[in-house]
Amino acid sequence: MDPNSDNPNIQPTKYIVSKKMDDLFFTVYEIYQFILRFFKEVFIPPYEFKEIIHQCYEVGYKSLPLISLTGFITGVVFTNQSRPSLANFGATSWLPSLISIAIVRALAPLVTALIAAGKVGSNMGAELGSMKVTEQIDAMEVSATNPFKYLVVSRILATTFMIPLLVMYTAFVALMGAYLSVHSNEQTSFAMFFSQVFDSLSFLDLFSTSFKSTVFGFTIGVVGCYCGYNSTKGTEGVGKAANSAVVAAMFLIFVEEIVIVAIVNAFR
Amino acid sequence: MIKEQKAIDRNNPVISIRGLQKAFGSLHILRGVNLDVYKGENLVVLGRSGTGKSVLIKIISGLLLPDAGQVNVLGQEVAELPSRELMELRLKVGFSFQNSALYDSMTVRQNLEFPLVRNSRNLKRSQINDEVESVLDAVGLLQTIEQMPSELSGGQRKRIGIARTLILRPEIMLYDEPTAGLDPITCIEINNLINEVQEKYKTTAIIITHDLTCAKETGDRIAMLLDGQFAIQGTFDEVFASDDLRVQSFYNYNFTE
Repeated sequence: MDPNSDNPNIQPTKYIVSKKMDDLFFTVYEIYQFILRFFKEVFIPPYEFKEIIHQCYEVGYKSLPLISLTGFITGVVFTNQSRPSLANFGATSWLPSLISIAIVRALAPLVTALIAAGKVGSNMGAELGSMKVTEQIDAMEVSATNPFKYLVVSRILATTFMIPLLVMYTAFVALMGAYLSVHSNEQTSFAMFFSQVFDSLSFLDLFSTSFKSTVFGFTIGVVGCYCGYNSTKGTEGVGKAANSAVVAAMFLIFVEEIVIVAIVNAFR
Repeated sequence: MIKEQKAIDRNNPVISIRGLQKAFGSLHILRGVNLDVYKGENLVVLGRSGTGKSVLIKIISGLLLPDAGQVNVLGQEVAELPSRELMELRLKVGFSFQNSALYDSMTVRQNLEFPLVRNSRNLKRSQINDEVESVLDAVGLLQTIEQMPSELSGGQRKRIGIARTLILRPEIMLYDEPTAGLDPITCIEINNLINEVQEKYKTTAIIITHDLTCAKETGDRIAMLLDGQFAIQGTFDEVFASDDLRVQSFYNYNFTE
């Protein structure tokens, strides 16, 4: 006799397409619900201002050394790699324009977002995953605290606010690296370099970069928190949550980059 | 030592469960559980691992939803409560986790302040400090106030977990395996603490355990969960005087190991 035959709630498992496809659609639906819950909770008091500021510090300030280094290297290397091609046409004077467009439109947002996905996303996945499997999230819930608001909303807001600021900072550091390279090779002055940099940028460039960075920040926060908040299976689940947070966030950042660039180019 | 029997009002249950069912996938854990818990009593739920004891108290606290049946806590149907009302109910129902579930990035003081600050936003700093020190004193661990959870022993973590629950002054305490993984001396200390909490804070408690010594020392009444239902209920002696072979084997296993 089936030991569960007396339970009317248990039905044999049926899949709509296949187990993997059903799981994929179910995950997409869960993320959709997760985002909806974020927008619902973000406007309802009480507001966890202290935790939001703490998370902004974690996401923003603590990423500065890594972002500074990678931003600077990106500026220097991109300038050095671009110079020979322009030199073939005697167009090295165009370097500041080329560099500014490349850095502001694409490199700064992408480099910052990818580094943040690796550093911040994995941290969120692991931290929330660990809290989940050790029942700390349940402990918050039973002590009449809304863990979603305290843990998830604060983190998503922090990444959404801080990634655009980090992108601006990365762009500045990368341009400084590029300037040092240009100045040492072409003897271009600081004023001349930055005059060319700003002349070649339009309002649309700055707007699209800000918008893109905000979307990247939101994505990193949502993916990191979703993976951690829904992790299962003990310590193995924590590792998986951290890994999934990085991989999924990086993948989505590239997809969003393609889509946003296509939309912005339609307005040029 | 068997706990001294107290006069308990058996007319007004604070927790009333009828026909509770819960399954995980194809695994049917609870199969029509009926239970009443009366004001002021310590009810011990005994059963082997995996029989759904923890699931039962997670449903009572609203952490899990039942598949079928009614769970009435302090006059409210838990599964039907909107989130705001559920939050208010949770202020009256404390939950002590098996692994303590202390927030490992916070000190003991911050762990205790956390629920208090979020649920009593008008408290002054001095009042918060007094409350924290008072409950820490009640569990005998005032000296650990600035320590991190990682610096505490298993027994101390259990006590801090109980203190964090007590700080909201709950009417009902749910203890999930309070003595699991502890040495015999610490087990006795935790059992004494559960009894002290009952006396000092006038709580009603459900204690989930498979430790018969804990059951004997803390329980006013024992309910034995077997095959997804409460097979037998009564005092410790009444339960283990039963002819049910499953009950006898549970007793023999515990006391002959």
